[in-house]
Amino acid sequence: MSSATQNVESHTRTYLFVFGALAVLTVVTVTVGSLSLPVGLAILVALVIAGLKGSLVAAFFMHLISEQKPIFWLLIVTLFLLLALFGLFIAAFYDAGGIAHVA
Amino acid sequence: MTTIPYTTETREDTGLFNAKLGIWLFLASEVMLFGGLFSAYIFLRLGAADWPRGASILSVPIATFNTLVLISSSVTMVMSWASLMGKQLARARLYLGLTVVLALVFLVVKSVEYSDKFSHHLYPSSSTFLAIYFTLTGLHALHVLGGVVVNSYFLFPGSKMWETDPERFTNRIEIAGLYWHFVDLVWIFLFPVLYLL
Repeated sequence: MSSATQNVESHTRTYLFVFGALAVLTVVTVTVGSLSLPVGLAILVALVIAGLKGSLVAAFFMHLISEQKPIFWLLIVTLFLLLALFGLFIAAFYDAGGIAHVA
Repeated sequence: MTTIPYTTETREDTGLFNAKLGIWLFLASEVMLFGGLFSAYIFLRLGAADWPRGASILSVPIATFNTLVLISSSVTMVMSWASLMGKQLARARLYLGLTVVLALVFLVVKSVEYSDKFSHHLYPSSSTFLAIYFTLTGLHALHVLGGVVVNSYFLFPGSKMWETDPERFTNRIEIAGLYWHFVDLVWIFLFPVLYLL
């Protein structure tokens, strides 16, 4: 068996394992979603599971696990700007009076 | 005739071939595009006096099925690239074809969902929840459609490059795959946010 073929088979096993993990986590997400958890806790759990699934996709399918440094720097800057964007929206909401303003 | 540099060989300064840096820059802009809409979702939800649970309006079983379809398509996409790395074009085309089929299944299911909403007179103008639901899922569906177009090109006319420049073709499939996995990743967050919370 050539090393290229062995590599493909090794990759295949990893990808199928990640697929299994993603499928199980999808079922877990739906199960947790069907429980009557308080809204705050439900959001936290759903986002943690989604974050875990997203990390698996990024690490193995997008090969971030073995990627070069410039990609990581690019992603760090992007995530910082994304969090800043979320922060600006939330800050604007509370600056306008927050929940009390809505109620 | 001049040739485009760094299509297969890596640059010394980045350690990457140009298309890979290019697609990651594009994906960074896509993160901000969807991030802006997610921000709008947070803003609208925080500001709403009352917000419906997605499951009370949308079908969770259908969306769960579509989530599994999209995850499966990510696996077939990466298997297509892995097959090319193993010099197996026929196998790579089979996996790429499966990716296209799964993407079309996703779009058909999505259109059935949309039709069901419209038949019940539920439109983007019906509520704030439906407005952000149609905006986010509609934009995502357009990205899926874009992936279908690109992958179909590589499946048929684009695959001729394998005969002349197999390494560059493999890189192209890797780049198309990075885009496709990003589309999958966005859905991984859209699913719980819109359907379960």
